[in-house]
Amino acid sequence: MQALVIAAHGSHLNPDASDPTYAHADTIRETGAFDEVREAFWKEEPHFREVIRTLESDEVFVVPLFISEGYFTEEVIPRELRLEDWDPDKWESDGTSASQATLEAEDVGKTIHYCGPVGTHDAMTDVIVQRAETATEDPDVGEGFGLSVVGHGTDRNENSAKAIEYHSDRIAERDRFDEVKALFMDEEPEVDDVTDYFESEDIVVVPLFIADGYHTQEDIPEDMGLTEDYRLGWDVPAEVDGHRVWYTGAVGTEDLMADVVLERAADAGADIGDAREAVRELAASVADPEPSAGAGAGD
Amino acid sequence: MTVATDDLETLLDHASSGIAFDGLHVDESDDGYRLETPANEWTGLDEDELRRALDAAGEYATNWRYWQERIGGEGTARRAFLRWCERAPLADAETDEATTGPWSESGEGDADAGDAPLAVPERYDALRDGIDREWGQLSITARFVDVDDPDGERVYDLWHVDDADSDIADLEVYDDPRDARDLATYDDDGRYRPLKTAPTLPAGWAFTGLSGADLVETVEFFYPATVANWHRELQGTLDVDHWLETAERQTGIYDVIDELPREAVEWMAEACCADSQCLRRREWQYEEGDELDADGGDGPFPCREPCSLVVAAARKCTTLESETEHTYELELTTSELNQLEELIDAVADGRIDEIREADVYDGANRYRARYLRAKRFDDDGSLEATRVDE
Ligand code: SF4
Repeated sequence: MQALVIAAHGSHLNPDASDPTYAHADTIRETGAFDEVREAFWKEEPHFREVIRTLESDEVFVVPLFISEGYFTEEVIPRELRLEDWDPDKWESDGTSASQATLEAEDVGKTIHYCGPVGTHDAMTDVIVQRAETATEDPDVGEGFGLSVVGHGTDRNENSAKAIEYHSDRIAERDRFDEVKALFMDEEPEVDDVTDYFESEDIVVVPLFIADGYHTQEDIPEDMGLTEDYRLGWDVPAEVDGHRVWYTGAVGTEDLMADVVLERAADAGADIGDAREAVRELAASVADPEPSAGAGAGD
Repeated sequence: MTVATDDLETLLDHASSGIAFDGLHVDESDDGYRLETPANEWTGLDEDELRRALDAAGEYATNWRYWQERIGGEGTARRAFLRWCERAPLADAETDEATTGPWSESGEGDADAGDAPLAVPERYDALRDGIDREWGQLSITARFVDVDDPDGERVYDLWHVDDADSDIADLEVYDDPRDARDLATYDDDGRYRPLKTAPTLPAGWAFTGLSGADLVETVEFFYPATVANWHRELQGTLDVDHWLETAERQTGIYDVIDELPREAVEWMAEACCADSQCLRRREWQYEEGDELDADGGDGPFPCREPCSLVVAAARKCTTLESETEHTYELELTTSELNQLEELIDAVADGRIDEIREADVYDGANRYRARYLRAKRFDDDGSLEATRVDE
């Protein structure tokens, strides 16, 4: 038997923080690739601390639903899961290349395949692009468009910027969009000046965050000048300084994220059969646009 | 009761290697098969005779099939929980511990009669009507799918204990375990419930006809990890992390909480882990061998370490406790001093919504509070108090 644990942050204050985790876990449940699929959280239940004991499987694949390698993925999750012999060096990562480490959880004696976070997996690049497609309702979006990947920046974690830059570079290499730029909330280049960085009239802005919340629904839209007050919502696209800004909300809510989770587990040796194809088909079939990101933002 | 043919065949397949389960014994020796139940014994049977004998012991046969073939999972928490649901003997319960935990929670004071494990015939009788259990605020019924001609197959119903007397037609009916996640997200006042074991689960819903696996999954969505930790407690292998261990393990912004004075840990446990706030029974102490005086509560589920809410609260408490105390002078009448106490109590007990508009005799009444503020606050909106220790 094999189990999948999706490890996410969660929130004591905001119930929406765990929505993407539940959604992606459900998608993977539907594929039947794992005997057991479990959500686990730092701030909600089941807590990281107790999740492994709720599983009957001996092989457990843990995929952190986090954007970057750093404090949570290297310190908090392995410690709380009681992963014996964990050492960040086991990932041999330069900040964006963690794959997996096989360890034992002390309290249960099970084999844990501890995977790198979804945010730094190569497949994440596709999710960002898909996000641009969903936001513009155009599966071929690219020509005449600039794309910006937005991250928090380096207040606590130097790897957080690396993940943003990594995917921006990979998208740029594809020559699909006219321009690609990594922008940040808390460091240069800043998302406030988004239009300064693009010549293209149309700019898609994809925040590399797991869940929608304060930053993606309040800070960033206001900083970019999409709206005076987030509670009033904003248009997609919104006119800013002669550009059309297509703001998409957190990329982590994109359906294709479930595919990244599966890839992480498969890279670590999980037998997932044709689950990836199933998820990709599902994501493609629901790729019709979600309700305008701004419309409900103030609710 | 007749035993379905495939039940018999499965049983016969196992008979030669021996069966010993829930009072049913079947084995094969040189003189043929032997079948034994608590009421009867047959020996020297050939295969046809064994079939007939098994038919006579039909309840034991279908019971064996349900547990060994349908549920399986020997030694798992899932199986133990489902056995508990129908008051079957728990193989892995230490006998003298077998009366602790949720099954003595009914509170009817009739623990013996209501909770003693049932042998197969009594259980089969009871499963026709449905066997009710309480798991926190959940009421669980185990029953036969086919009441008139039970083939051993059980299903489970689940609703809020407050809905015990509700008509099912008045409840919102679900069958997907995942719906439990949404039901557990908000309380009756629409407030988010980050602590799943807070005693604020709203009522008005029902899950009906769940399989055993789906029941366990549903319960896990309502009360994550309670089944696993209950099972560990039952086996005597519950691992408890006491306050200091948990506090010392923290890093980042929670790194400071191990500095919280012991006395403040007491206050915090008293504030957060009381039965009125949490259905878990606090098993963690200050540290091994150093018990907290604060009552751990009588909740049905064991709490094996401070939860993330308590850890978050501890961070705030640590900051508060790092401040030095001062002496202040302020003018209050005796009634006003009493009123301050009443205000704090009302907020701490979550009572403010119950205080009626016109009940000016309650110190936490809104008009009274506004009157006090109008009288005693200065122009900056703070209490007129003077620090007297320089
Ligand atoms: S630490 Fe206290 S409040 Fe938290 S789950 Fe345990 S008993 Fe409940």
